[in-house]
Order: sequence, then structure tokens, then C-alpha cells
Amino acid sequence: MSWLVKSSIGRKFIQSISGLFLILFLLFHMSMNVALIFSYDAYNFLANDILGANWWAIIGTGVIALGFVIHVWYAIMLTLQNQKARGVNKYASSNKTPVTWSSKNMFVLGLFILIFLFLHFYQFWYEMQFKELFHLEGAREDAAQLVAEVFSQLWVVVLYIIAFAALWFHLTHGFWSALHTVGLNNTVWMNRLKCLSNVVATIICLGFVVVAVAVYLGYANLLG
Amino acid sequence: MTQINSKIPEGPLAQKWTNYKDHQKLVNPANKRRLDIIVVGTGLAGASAAASLGELGFNVLNFCIQDSPRRAHSIAAQGGINAAKNYPNDGDSVYRLFYDTIKGGDYRAREANVYRLAEVSNSIIDQCVAQGVPFAREYGGLLDNRSFGGAQVSRTFYARGQTGQQLLLGAYSALSRAVHKKQVKLYTRREMLDLVLVDGRARGIIVRNLITGKIERYSAHAVVIATGGYGNTFFLSTNAMNSNGSAAWQCYKKGAYFANPAYAQIHPTCIPVHGEFQSKLTLMSESLRNDGRIWVPKKKEDAEAIRAGKLKPTQIKEEDRDYYLERRYPAFGNLVPRDVASRAAKERCDAGYGVGSTGLAVYLDFSDAINRLGKDVVEARYGNLFQMYEKIVDDNPYETPMMIYPAIHYTMGGIWVDYELMTNIPGLFAIGEANFSDHGANRLGASALMQGLADGYFVLPYTIQSYLADQIRVPRFSTDLPEFEAAEKDINDRKNKLMNINGKHSVDHFHKKLGHIMWDFVGMARDAEGLKKAIQDIQALKKEFWADVRIPGSDETVNVELEKALRLADFFEIGELMAHDALDREESCGGHFRTEYQTPEGEALRNDDQFSYVSCWAYQGEDKDPVMYKEPLEYEFVQRQTRNYKS
Amino acid sequence: MDKNINIKVKIWRQNGPKEKGRFETYELKNISQGSSFLEMLDILNEQLINEGQTPVVFDHDCREGICGMCSLYINGHPHGPDEDVTTCQLHMRRFNDGETITVEPWRSAGFPVIKDLMVDRTAFDKIIQAGGYVSVNTGGIPDANAIPIPKDKADMAMDAAACIGCGACVAACKNGSAMLFVSAKVSQLALLPQGKVEAARRAKAMVAKMDDLGFGNCTNTGACEVECPKNISISNIARLNREFLKAKFKD
Repeated sequence: MSWLVKSSIGRKFIQSISGLFLILFLLFHMSMNVALIFSYDAYNFLANDILGANWWAIIGTGVIALGFVIHVWYAIMLTLQNQKARGVNKYASSNKTPVTWSSKNMFVLGLFILIFLFLHFYQFWYEMQFKELFHLEGAREDAAQLVAEVFSQLWVVVLYIIAFAALWFHLTHGFWSALHTVGLNNTVWMNRLKCLSNVVATIICLGFVVVAVAVYLGYANLLG
Repeated sequence: MTQINSKIPEGPLAQKWTNYKDHQKLVNPANKRRLDIIVVGTGLAGASAAASLGELGFNVLNFCIQDSPRRAHSIAAQGGINAAKNYPNDGDSVYRLFYDTIKGGDYRAREANVYRLAEVSNSIIDQCVAQGVPFAREYGGLLDNRSFGGAQVSRTFYARGQTGQQLLLGAYSALSRAVHKKQVKLYTRREMLDLVLVDGRARGIIVRNLITGKIERYSAHAVVIATGGYGNTFFLSTNAMNSNGSAAWQCYKKGAYFANPAYAQIHPTCIPVHGEFQSKLTLMSESLRNDGRIWVPKKKEDAEAIRAGKLKPTQIKEEDRDYYLERRYPAFGNLVPRDVASRAAKERCDAGYGVGSTGLAVYLDFSDAINRLGKDVVEARYGNLFQMYEKIVDDNPYETPMMIYPAIHYTMGGIWVDYELMTNIPGLFAIGEANFSDHGANRLGASALMQGLADGYFVLPYTIQSYLADQIRVPRFSTDLPEFEAAEKDINDRKNKLMNINGKHSVDHFHKKLGHIMWDFVGMARDAEGLKKAIQDIQALKKEFWADVRIPGSDETVNVELEKALRLADFFEIGELMAHDALDREESCGGHFRTEYQTPEGEALRNDDQFSYVSCWAYQGEDKDPVMYKEPLEYEFVQRQTRNYKS
Repeated sequence: MDKNINIKVKIWRQNGPKEKGRFETYELKNISQGSSFLEMLDILNEQLINEGQTPVVFDHDCREGICGMCSLYINGHPHGPDEDVTTCQLHMRRFNDGETITVEPWRSAGFPVIKDLMVDRTAFDKIIQAGGYVSVNTGGIPDANAIPIPKDKADMAMDAAACIGCGACVAACKNGSAMLFVSAKVSQLALLPQGKVEAARRAKAMVAKMDDLGFGNCTNTGACEVECPKNISISNIARLNREFLKAKFKD
């Protein structure tokens, strides 16, 4: 299986599969968040009882983390190789080939999302799962309350929206491109997949952003 | 008097090739490995020959001037390739393909060669399909055919308007496979500058590495020339910019006969010349004549108004249009052979009915076809050609008729070869357009691809063994032999002489002038007076060139001007020989039209009693007139007739 | 109607593969818009020769858009700003009076510069030699109509086979990837029953050679497809991925 590292299509395959896996995770995460709009209790149940410090949750987290690390690692590897393949001399006349902006900036978008994630981890995951796992002081049981606290700060919400805008761009290209790379595309499906890509990206990003905004504006916990 | 021996096998026409193969000498596999063959050129003929010879086990060295074998100019052939498959059930047969080709060539080709060509034509299609050439197909999954000039059956296989490309890529893929298997060694960006003879046999070549400028020597047991034609003598032609006659010309200068140099084909459907800066002429495939109708205005005042830009062709009423090919040749109409169509266009334009700003153009109109078949069908058939036309001329052929005019396209003449495709120099072979053999005085459309591939895949791999069977005891040659030494010195002298002229004008300056002389006097209509003038003018221009050309830069790196100068130096001499041959041939036949010899209706007037021969020119040395030997053409199986495309 | 225009051309000049290159700007007067881009360069070279300078080296041959020899990165586009054409089919009517036109060689690690605007594209030949063919010898072949091929498959194969090997795809790609070129050949042959037989072997061999020669990883930006003078679709790349992955998972 060394071809998964050595061949270009093998590397791209790993990048695509890890990407698709992360999209699934995002869909799941987003669905969970949406629960917050309706009920703090439901959200707490999901956050504490399902995703608390139990083995399933730990393994799940590990797998997601692994997928994430692979995705980032391969992104770095691919980007470095591609820069080398491009050659030392760059074009003086700027590239005017009309292609989507996101397709040319996947790495930069990814990097931005990565930076945002550190903040995100610190604000949520560290407080909730990490502290509980390592029996640190102050692990938060009331996940919903924590979310409400964090999103009451305007700067967090604004940053959150910007990060998800970046993710939206990342996914509009990433989703169809991943399917294309694993070979699931043809002339007929090309435009359909690109369209689907936009739909998926929009659902995911809208889902996350709506929750943050709802919490900030006090519209969460409708079933309270 | 030198006797020309064409080595035609005995027996009835249809048995000759079979008889030959049954009795020819072969080389056994162990010995093949010890024999080196140089193939110069990677077009249809060169690539297919190199690949096939490599597969047989010979050690092949293959040269081309481009960066890749895939760039050879065969790639630009558009319309199709003929074969006698008779898939459409319209009465085709090997004999009929043979007959049409002989007749199309105005009875100036060898019967036996042409019959063999028709015979192997079917195998070519099989071979190409097996290689993955995506020929056009019907919905039932079987191959589609279309019709071409000079035939009353549909026998032309095609891959959109890019048949040459697809066939060449097929041959290129076979060649690439042979390179991968180390059966062929490829030398790209190298130009053959001389042929090396050892004891009267072809034993090697001298090339210039076009990147480093270094002169390199290569030796072999046999040399195959597949370098195409010399149409670029005319400067403006449908040939690629780098197509040239120099490799063939060096063979001539080393003693190989040059046959029928005057036979040059003028293609009727090219985009007209539009200015002094023009670098080449673009061909619009003959296949367009399947559905396009050629016309000029019936009234001179309409033609004048069009030229002045006051009238558009679409404004000319149907009854005011002169569909002159349909009028003159009712049986074949727009599908008459190329020479006939070209001359008819010239006749109309000379008479003052030409269109376009220069008056040197006629219309090729698709409005009928679009009405009959619908735009979609026309687009599917010719879309890429229409697009190409629009990009160049900035006119939309779906809406307004195309403008076309004849241009130099192909040279039927070339190095003389016998039935085995060997020249009169033992061990020197010539295939494809580079030889003279199969098209007589005029080539039919879709036959060049057929001949190139026939020679390369199915003829040369057999016939070359007849020669090589005697060579199995000859060890490999050293390139340090004095013959190689001398050849390299000659080349260096020639190169240095050119580099040191330091004159005032560029190579193209002289080439354009040569082109004008050729087109005016050795072009579509020739006469004795003009040809004599052409010879004088060319000699004068050649002298001027050798005194006043300027080649900047160094010869130790890429130097395009030097490449061009070396080629042009040969084009002068080729042009002169063409004029000599045209002057000698006091008749009109095929692509060679002498205005003194025509019927009252303006058709070509052949003279079989006196000129039924292949003219074989032999080089006698610098500034000496060449000597011509005649290979008589005897027609045993076909009765010669005046070509008739009227009824 | 075509007019005459005055232009400036900013051209990359480089004496050899190892030497440092630079831009030179030349002025050209009264260029007919009816002339082709390469004819404009011919005129420039004529001018340079008459001034005693060395002419600009550029690859070109058939000048009708099929040999794939011409290249040139013009004003930010491989083969210039016109669509579906090669540089030799690009005409000066696409440019305006007074414009400065920037002309550069293909830039990619896989295509080193030889001189001025001429680059070395032998890498493409090497990729084809690795497996871009059907392994049949000359002769001994069944009749051409022995295997019917559905018209749509044959047409798709032809679409892919239209590739002229010019390298615009690599030149346009920010990753210097040759996937469009490789996928066109793999697709053409995988779509036809004649090529299907060794499709797996071919896909693996050609991709391995492509990687070996230092071409980049495809990220599906689609720039290749946009700039391809022959409209080769990136759906071929999906097919190549499919063929390659299928072959590898079978091993």
C-alpha cells in the first residue's frame, strides 16, 4: 500500500477520503449544535451523556483527530510538492485563467480554519471533554451554559462567522473535488456535483452560524 | 545509357505482391539484432516503419527535427484515409481503388506499386483500429465512411477532421512502445544534413543537433528516408514551417535519382493569401467538398462589387451564381480530383470572376447542406474546420460562404525508388511522400495517409529484408571511417560559409522571393518561356543569397536562422530541378499543367506516346545541368484514357 | 474590419537552460490585425535580424493548431487570450493599439527552458512511452469491424484523443500537474475495447512515470480544462483516478 504515499493519485485519494470523513463529522457536529436552538437539555444530553468521558466518545474523538491530522499533514505535503513542481521561475504576467477562487486557495483557507480551530478547542473542547478526561478542575458539565457564555461575546460570534465563511469556500471546492479524485465523476455529473457541493457547504456552515447567532441574540433554548 | 530497373515482380497484377513475398529473402531473428537501420523522419511513414522494423527485431535509430515524433506534419492531414473495404456495399474493390488511383494520377504511376498499395489498404484500417484509433462510427458500432474527390464510392475512413492526427498518434504510440522496449532509439531535434556512402552503399548519416549545434555521426546497415515532400520550396504552402526537402536533396546529391520533381499538387481548398506577412497557408479539408458547393458570381459586375466590399455573397441570387464545377463536370461535380478543381478555380479568377479583396478566391458554400441536413449535422461533420476558418478569417461559415483558393500542398515527385522502395543507391530506401512512387502526376484525397502507412507498416518491413539478407555478415560500422570524416567536413564548410556571409537580408527575405518565382512560373500553369525565366531567376537569386544572407548568433546553440538557411540553400536547387523537369515534360498531366498543351476546352492534354515515363534526374555536380534518365511506364493491365470527370 | 496597430511586446529572453533570463521590450509598428500572433513574431524577428540582433527563439511548426509545437504564455494565458486555439491560431485582432503584450515560456519544473521561449517537453514523450499505447505488433490483426464499438464511446474516445500534447495544461496549472494530458490518453484507450485489455497496467505505468518526472498533484482547479486548446474535459481526470484506483485496489 505504499502507493498511498508514493503516487500522486494515492496521496490525493487519502486527502479526499480524510476530507469526506471530516465533512461527515461536520454534518454530525452541526446537527448536534442545532439541538441547542430547541433545548438546552437535549444539547446537554448529547454533549455530556453521549460525548462525555466514555470509551466510545474517546475512540470517536481519536478517529476524528487522526482524520484531521492526516488531512493537514497531506495538505502540507501536497502543497510543498506542488510548489516544487511549479518550478522556480514564476510567471510575470499574472495568471488570468478563470477558475474558482476557492480552488486556488484551498491551503490558505485550510490554514485559516486550522488557526480558528485552536481557539475553538480552547473555548469548548478543552473545557468540556479534555478537562473531564484528565480530571482537571473546572470541567464543565453544563455544555449548553458554556456555549451560551462564549457566544454572548460579540467578537467570538464575528470570528466564528468569518471562520465558517472560510470553511464554506473550502467545502464548495473540497466536496466535489474529493468525489472527483476518488473517481466518482463524469461529464454529466460534473455540474450536479459542483451544485451539490455548494448545497452541502451551505447547509453545514449555515447550521453552525445560525446556532451561534441564535445564542447571541437569545433565541436559543426555545423548548427551555 | 543507364538502365532503370524497377524490379517489378513477374506475374499477373493481382499476384505480384504475393509472389514477391513468397519468394523474397528474409533475415532470421538472431541476425536481425545485429543489423542497424536508420529511419529519418517520424511522420506516418517514418514512425510506422521504425516501429514495425523495431518489432521485427532490427536495431532501429529514428530521427526527427521536432521535439517529439508526434509533431511530424502528417498530423495535419484532415479528411481521411482510403481503403478498399467496401463496408458501405457500394461496389468498391481492391481493383477499383487501384484503378481510381491510377486514373487520378493521370496514368503516370506504376501499375504494380499502385495495386500493392490498394491491396494493403485494408490491413491499414485493421491495424489502426487495433491501436485504438477512434475512427468515426455508426450507431450500430461499425465504421463509417465518406466520399472523397476522384471516386464514385465512399471508401474514406475518418476521425472527425483530424484523421491524420489520429493515425499519426497511432503510429507514434506503436513507436513509443518500441522505444520503451528498447527496439528503437529515438533522436529528436536532429536534422539530417548528409548521407554517408561507404563503398557505394548507404551506411550512415550526419545530423546537426538543433539544441547544441553539434554535428553528430550515425552509422547503420541501411538508411530509410521518410522526410516528406518539398512543397515549402514555394514558401507559402500548406506544409508545416519546418517541412523541408533537404534530407532527400542530400540523397540526390549523393547519387540517388530524383523522380518527377515537377509533379506538385495544388490543393483547391485553402484559405486565400491575405498579406505579405503571411507565413503559411491553411488547408480546409477536401471532405468539405462533400457538402459544400463551389461557386463564383455569374456576372462580372457582381464579382467587382464583392471585391470592392459593396456586395455580400449572400446577396447574390441563386440564378446569378455559377457553380462552375457542377456545370463543367456533371458526373463528379464538386468532387472532381484536386488538380481539376484547382485549375478550374484559377480559370474563373483569371477570367475576372474571383472574389475576396484580392480577387483570388472562390466561394465554398454550405447553405444548401445546412438547409438539407440541419446545422447540427454539418457541425458534427465539419465543426472543427469551421471553427478553424472563423479564427483565421473572422467570418462565420455557417452564415456566409467560405472563401478558398488553391495552394501548394503535396509533392508527388521525390526520390526514385524501385518496387522494393530502394533507391538506386544500395541500402538507401525512401518511403511516404519522400519517394515518388504511387501517385503519378496527381494524388487523390485521402491517399497520402494510405501510402505513408502502407509503406511503413506493410511494404518496407518486407522489402528491406531482401537487401539486408545479404548484409548479415557485415559488422557494425565505425563512424570514424574517412567517409564520415569527409562528410562532416563538407557540412562544417557549408555551415561556416553561410555563417560568415554576414550580408544584409534575412533567410525569409530570399525564401519569399523564391516562393514568388515558383508560384508565378512553376505553379498551377506553366509554359516553356516562363520555366526558362524561372531557372534564370532562381540561379540569380541563389547567387544573391550566397552573397548577401545574414545569419545572426552562433552555430553552437539553437540557431533557427541557420537551420532555415541550410534548408533554403537546398530549396533553390530543388526549385530549379522542378523547373527543368517541367520544361522537359511537354505535355499536361495531373498537377503538371503546361498551357501550350491543353484541349480547346482548357482540359489537360496528355501525350502518352512521348511522355509515358518517370523522369529520373541524376546529379552531376555543382553548376552542372543534371542528366535525365527515363523509366518507361508500361500499362499492361489498364487501358489509358483521357481522364473524364464529366460523364 | 482588421486595422493596423502599434504594439509593444515584452518577451522573455534566456540564452540557455542554466543561464539567467530577463525580459526585453520591443516596439512594433503597423502590425495588421489580420496577421497571426506568430506572424507578428516573424515580423519582430525580421526586424531584429535587420538590426543585427539575435532573433527570438520559439517553437512552432504546422501553424494550423494541430502539431502542438507552439506554446507561449501570453498576457496571463497559455496560448493567449483567445479561446480554444493554439498560439499559432491566435490573431492580432485580439489585441489593441498601444497595448504591451507579455510573452513568456511555459513555466513548470517538468518543462525546463531551452532557449528564450522554447521549452523541453520530452517528459510527455516519456510518459507515453511508459504505457500510452495498445500493445499490438504490426500485422496479424482481426478485421476492423470485428468488434463493434458504441458510437458514444467512440466519440468520447475521440474527444480525449484530440489532445495535441502542447503542454498548456501543465503551463496553466498552479501545481504543475500533467494529469489532463495523462488522463486524456488513459481515457481514450480505456474507453475502447482494444485498449481496455491492458487498461490497469497502462494507468499505473503512466501515472508512475508522471510522478517520477516531477509533475505536481492535481487539485482539480480546472485551469487545464479552461486553457486547453482542444477542450479536453477534466472528466477524463476522474476516469483516470477511477482506473488507477481500481487497478491498485485489485493488486
